[in-house]
Amino acid sequence: MPLLTQQIQDENDYSLVASLDNVRNLSTVLKAIHFREHATCFATKNGIKVTVENAKCVQANAFIQAGIFQEFTVQEESVTFRINLTVLLDCLSIFGSSPMPGTLTALRMCYQGYGYPLMLFLEEGGVVTVCKINTQEPEETLDFDFCSTNVVNKVILQSEGLREAFSELDMTSEVLQITMSPDKPYFRLSTFGNAGSSHLDYPKDSDLMESFHCNQTQVNRSVLNIEVATDDEDTRFLY
Amino acid sequence: MKFRAKIVDAACLNHFTRVSNMIAKLAKTCTLRISPDKLNFILSDKLASGGVSMWCELEQENFFSEFQMEGISAANNEIYLELTSENLSRALKTAQNARALKIKLTNKHYPCLTVSIELLSVSSSSRIVTHDIPVKVIPRRLWKDLQEPTVPDSDVSIYLPVLKTMKSVVEKMKNISNHLIIEANLNGELNLKIETELVCVTTHFKDLGNPPLASENASQARNPEQMAEVHIDIRKLLQFLAGQQANPTKAVCNIVNNKIVHFDLLHEDVSLQYFIPALS
Repeated sequence: MPLLTQQIQDENDYSLVASLDNVRNLSTVLKAIHFREHATCFATKNGIKVTVENAKCVQANAFIQAGIFQEFTVQEESVTFRINLTVLLDCLSIFGSSPMPGTLTALRMCYQGYGYPLMLFLEEGGVVTVCKINTQEPEETLDFDFCSTNVVNKVILQSEGLREAFSELDMTSEVLQITMSPDKPYFRLSTFGNAGSSHLDYPKDSDLMESFHCNQTQVNRSVLNIEVATDDEDTRFLY
Repeated sequence: MKFRAKIVDAACLNHFTRVSNMIAKLAKTCTLRISPDKLNFILSDKLASGGVSMWCELEQENFFSEFQMEGISAANNEIYLELTSENLSRALKTAQNARALKIKLTNKHYPCLTVSIELLSVSSSSRIVTHDIPVKVIPRRLWKDLQEPTVPDSDVSIYLPVLKTMKSVVEKMKNISNHLIIEANLNGELNLKIETELVCVTTHFKDLGNPPLASENASQARNPEQMAEVHIDIRKLLQFLAGQQANPTKAVCNIVNNKIVHFDLLHEDVSLQYFIPALS
């Protein structure tokens, strides 16, 4: 990636430096959690976590492991900043939202540290775009405390099937009820709307079920009026 | 005043349709100037278009197998008609697989450009589809405002990059800012820049090449690295780029520092000039 490395003078003091041969590996994941304007980025040597929150009751996290990047360096223990996710996504897709087949857009991301803007260098076909996005004070994000030892049931489903199910949910229902059980119906999504109640069952040996670990029957209800976004990776539910 | 013309060649018909589609994207209302040798599509209404002007020219003999016109007088052998661009492109949509296309100036209670399209049906019998496009005849006293714009002495002249890439980038930039800086130098470099409180984005195009300058003295005096720039309304640039369906045969950008950017394009044998002024 000689074109992009020419731009930077001395990156040794930069808090975060990351390179990606294909920027879509990052933009696709971020698009999936883009339901609010701002996001908090939290980087450690393991990778980057991007968090979007709504009114302290919904939180979406995108984890991009360090191994996804061709180059990934984080100087400090952790680097945190808040950024306008809408602008970030516009910059990452500056060469177009739907790429021409056969073309790849390369990305180099640099962050000098607290108070500095996030620098993006994107290259496609010899054309380089440089973006400088101002960062803000990171805000406290909710810590849902997913402590592994307290996990009772764990189900991993393929997101495509779940996305279909979510799109068919009866939106006149105020709640979504999720039932998990070692016995039938194993995994059930229920709604209680104007026309009646409806149930979507996923048997534990279904093709869509990546893994099913259920120790005890559990019924949980959540407010239905939330947009759920899934990306190409598996959707994970931990209870 | 008389005008009648006919196209029988399929390639010419398709080309003419493409031209009218392009004009429809560039200007809602435009002036069609008919002269013995040429057809021009003109946009010169500075106030309405926010200062943008357009001059599109084609040689009539490259398109029409028959072409007859008689201007308002022998001394002024031209016709200027104002029309809604989309009406023409919509009429020409019917002409996709036509056998022949005829255009003539008619009077059907009000002046019209009547487009008759002869279509061949499966049974080899032909049928004719006619479109009457209302036009306004522009009086002689207003012709002076519709003349070919003088090309300004530019500070920098440069070949444009692939328009598709420019368009993708400008489309995204429009989400961030309403104005943009276009700058270029005599070293084949062209930049598109936007800047807000929150973000700065610059796209760098290199190795574009510069056309030879008209005067040798001018090119030697100017530092090749020095950029000439214009601040423009990003929507006007996007509208221009969106109007270009295919990559042109030739595309040059002329910049007069802080004044105007002039795009000079050639789509096969049709020339298009588009002027975007600097934001005041």
